[in-house]
Amino acid sequence: MVQYTRTGFDASFTALSDATRRGVLEQLGRADASITDLAEKFHMTLTGMKKHVGVLEQAGLVTTEKVGRVRTCRLGLHRLEEETAWIERYRQLWDARLEELDKVVDELKRKERVDGRKKRK
Amino acid sequence: MDARRESEPTPMKNRTTVERKSEREVVVTRTFNGPARIVFEAWTKPELFRQWWVPKSMGMSLLSCEMDVRVGGKYRLEFAHGDSQAAFFGTYKEVTPHSRLVWTNEESDEGSVTTVTFEEKGGKTLLVMHELYPSKEALDAAGTGAAYVMVETFAQLDELLVTLGASVGGS
Repeated sequence: MVQYTRTGFDASFTALSDATRRGVLEQLGRADASITDLAEKFHMTLTGMKKHVGVLEQAGLVTTEKVGRVRTCRLGLHRLEEETAWIERYRQLWDARLEELDKVVDELKRKERVDGRKKRK
Repeated sequence: MDARRESEPTPMKNRTTVERKSEREVVVTRTFNGPARIVFEAWTKPELFRQWWVPKSMGMSLLSCEMDVRVGGKYRLEFAHGDSQAAFFGTYKEVTPHSRLVWTNEESDEGSVTTVTFEEKGGKTLLVMHELYPSKEALDAAGTGAAYVMVETFAQLDELLVTLGASVGGS
């Protein structure tokens, strides 16, 4: 399901605004990891890393799954695709809008030609 | 992009490109088959502006459009979208005839700044629209300007996109 909200998009930006969280994404791009792994890798407390992962999870950039005692994190590609979709939607809106502008420009050009013939500028 | 030669008439429609320059900026570009003077006019005369700013596909209607296009002048657009209404307003910061327009969005304390440039080459005009948000937080807060209106719009476009199917990545 494509579920796009402004909140979601903002959450992505917030999530991506932090160097550690970008590092975590990069790391998860290579392999799934547990929160403990990530905390170690980024020299951080478990609590600190949990918070970062929470932000990423909320933004849909990461998904986590608890198996036994271990919470495994992996990249939530869905959100990244949505980012691309956001750009595409933005483009579609502007394309529709500027397509209309095109018509207005054509019309003005036509008018100018007609007026130009009637009265020399 | 602007180094490309524009000598041949192109029957194909001009392409709109969108690029996110940073987490605070979005840039839209497109070429128009007309002089900058005319394209600029269409951006600065309300009676022309309202003919294209709200295409039918947006599913919104423009209730009013006031534009006082001069430095320090205000604009205000009011939209209806189903039962809800939205206003889009701000101030013109720069008005350089036929080449540059800068305005702010003032729906919130941290609105975006939009810069539109018109560059004429061989009878065609390259339009570049740049939207800058003052901070990440401002973008987080989004409720501003174009983004606000567009997100409203997207809610409607979403349905269409879903109908169009997997063309946006199959998610």
